[in-house]
Amino acid sequence: MTMTRRDALALAMGGVAASMLPLPALADAGADAIAKFTGGADAAMGDGVTLTAPEIAENGNTVPISVDAPGATEIAVFATGNPTPDVVTFKFGPLAGSQMASTRIRLSKTQDVIAVAKMADGSFVQAKSTVKVTIGGCGG
Amino acid sequence: MISRREFLQASLAASTILGASGLSRWSRAMAQQSLTQDQLLQFEPLGNVTLIHITDIHAQAMPIYFREPEINLGVGEAKGRPPHVTGADFLKMFNIEPNTPDAYALTYENFTDLAKSYGKMGGMDRVATIVKAIKAERPDALLLDGGDTWHGSMVALKTKGQNMVDVMNTLGVEAMTSHWEWTYGQDRVNEIVDGLPFPFLGANIFDAEWDEPAYEPYKIFERNGTQIAVIGQAFPYMPIANPGWMFPDYSFGIREERMQAMVDEVRAKGVDLVVCLSHNGFDVDHKMASRVKGIDVILTGHTHDAIPEPVLVGETILIASGSNGKFVSRVDLDVRDGKMMGFRHKLIPIFSDVIEPDKEMTDVIMGHREPYKAELEEVVGETNSLLYRRGNFNGTWDDLICEAMLSEQDAEIAMSPGVRWGPSLIPGQKITMEDVLNATSMTYGENYRTEMTGELIKTILEDVADNIFNTDPYYQQGGDMVRVGGMGYHIDVSKPIGERISNMTLLKDGSDIDPARNYVVTGWASVNEGTEGPQIWDVIADHLRKIKTVDLKPNDSVVVTGV
Repeated sequence: MTMTRRDALALAMGGVAASMLPLPALADAGADAIAKFTGGADAAMGDGVTLTAPEIAENGNTVPISVDAPGATEIAVFATGNPTPDVVTFKFGPLAGSQMASTRIRLSKTQDVIAVAKMADGSFVQAKSTVKVTIGGCGG
Repeated sequence: MISRREFLQASLAASTILGASGLSRWSRAMAQQSLTQDQLLQFEPLGNVTLIHITDIHAQAMPIYFREPEINLGVGEAKGRPPHVTGADFLKMFNIEPNTPDAYALTYENFTDLAKSYGKMGGMDRVATIVKAIKAERPDALLLDGGDTWHGSMVALKTKGQNMVDVMNTLGVEAMTSHWEWTYGQDRVNEIVDGLPFPFLGANIFDAEWDEPAYEPYKIFERNGTQIAVIGQAFPYMPIANPGWMFPDYSFGIREERMQAMVDEVRAKGVDLVVCLSHNGFDVDHKMASRVKGIDVILTGHTHDAIPEPVLVGETILIASGSNGKFVSRVDLDVRDGKMMGFRHKLIPIFSDVIEPDKEMTDVIMGHREPYKAELEEVVGETNSLLYRRGNFNGTWDDLICEAMLSEQDAEIAMSPGVRWGPSLIPGQKITMEDVLNATSMTYGENYRTEMTGELIKTILEDVADNIFNTDPYYQQGGDMVRVGGMGYHIDVSKPIGERISNMTLLKDGSDIDPARNYVVTGWASVNEGTEGPQIWDVIADHLRKIKTVDLKPNDSVVVTGV
């Protein structure tokens, strides 16, 4: 219990510590990264992009996610609660058979993961998913 | 001497209660006449398909007492909705008279007295009698097991689940899904699955490395010329709620999009009926039913809820069949032209003194018990208190377990997992080792002793509370709150994570818990590999041998607000 439990708790504890920081600062880091990708344009929540992520991460160090946005030229993924929110940008050429990708990302704590797709007409659309990073323990 | 069966029939006939209209289908019959096996089985058949559902048996092969929860709070949309209705409110909602057999089976009030009148419930040999009787009437009935079957008793632990595998094979199960099964380790699971005469379904069980499906997602049965797809859904939070190191090659999760894909796939194959055999937990299934299109019936499991009527979500019916072998659900369906046109349902309570045991099944059960007879029957104490666990906060079994750990490990604070299994004992009962293991047996039962800061203890309480009281069911893991001894706290269930827990107090001196101070903490069922300590059941037995008789004081150390 002693060491391993504490190690496992490190993630959750990080979450507690971080939530005491002024919230706007955190929100800005994610928002800034997204604004940089969209060039300041609005990215509406919409059906154009699908983000698939677990509700609760089995392991915060390697969380499987996938994105799918038919007709997109680029899809960027942001982990809004990570120290560096930009995770990855996928670019699709005109010959791409589909505009989907999957990868694994590291999440420092419970947070929103956001996928923003840049469509062929230059508009942006986004999808959001909350992924919880937990210590777990007592399933019934 | 009058037998229990005769006694029940006589006393019930004498205490006839003529209730108001709308008594649930079986309670009226029982209250007005007598409690008999035929009454319990009485069912006006409907349509062309019969499903028989049993779930969360937790290896309770023998009859048991099981007190249903007094506190089972719902948050968000689930507030005030079954199964988050208990006691008198539950009786009112389902038009059940107090003190009737169904009041005893489904609620907690007056439990000790009613337990003495109506006797134990469950027993897999009684369940076998009911299943055989339904199958005699409906030979094409499909028997489905919702999982949490192989774990939960001394004999199951000693035989690594083999006793329950043999019981369920004898019962004639045709498909199952899983949860605690995995705590025997992935190698043992696969060893058993290789020999099962039916599929071990889990559309959401994936290979952890490649994130590809690892088990059969569904099976299509043909019955009476009707194609029935049964899609399995294992417990989504296996590696989080239970030790992931015991099944490192597998990944789970709700995977709603996968469930929709499987429904679409079987629909494309032209099935007439889609059944989901689920271990999601009731609230998760309720949400899933509202989002995944095309499921006709969800046979829910995991959260141990017994609901006497189907719950309708859109065009999907949810069936909640209780736990510990207390109930068997029979669901008759009228399926025509690929559509479910009608349903009739009965949650059959297994009154063990009323239902004749099935001889073949009794032999299977007793054969597995025989080698462990002396250990099972060893008396380690007796109780003057009603011992139960089920409920969102500390049950009396948990108070006893925490007291045993605090005393045996000389600790300041004790933590006991908020699992929902563990039968009850009524005042005056001797406590045997079998009883102790019914409430504690597991493959990671080591009772640790360690130090934690006050801050860490609060983090744990907040984290577990969010697994129960998160307003989005997809973030709930389905257990109850971690039980605490030696410490009191307040919880506001309406708040978000980080803000629910306050007023943490060390009970021995009334001092506030200091976030920076280290406390000596003892607990069991750690999900971490390499946890050291004696097995919890031995710790409890040692404590019981010293105190001899259990006399618990009411526990008011947890103050709940925001309901």
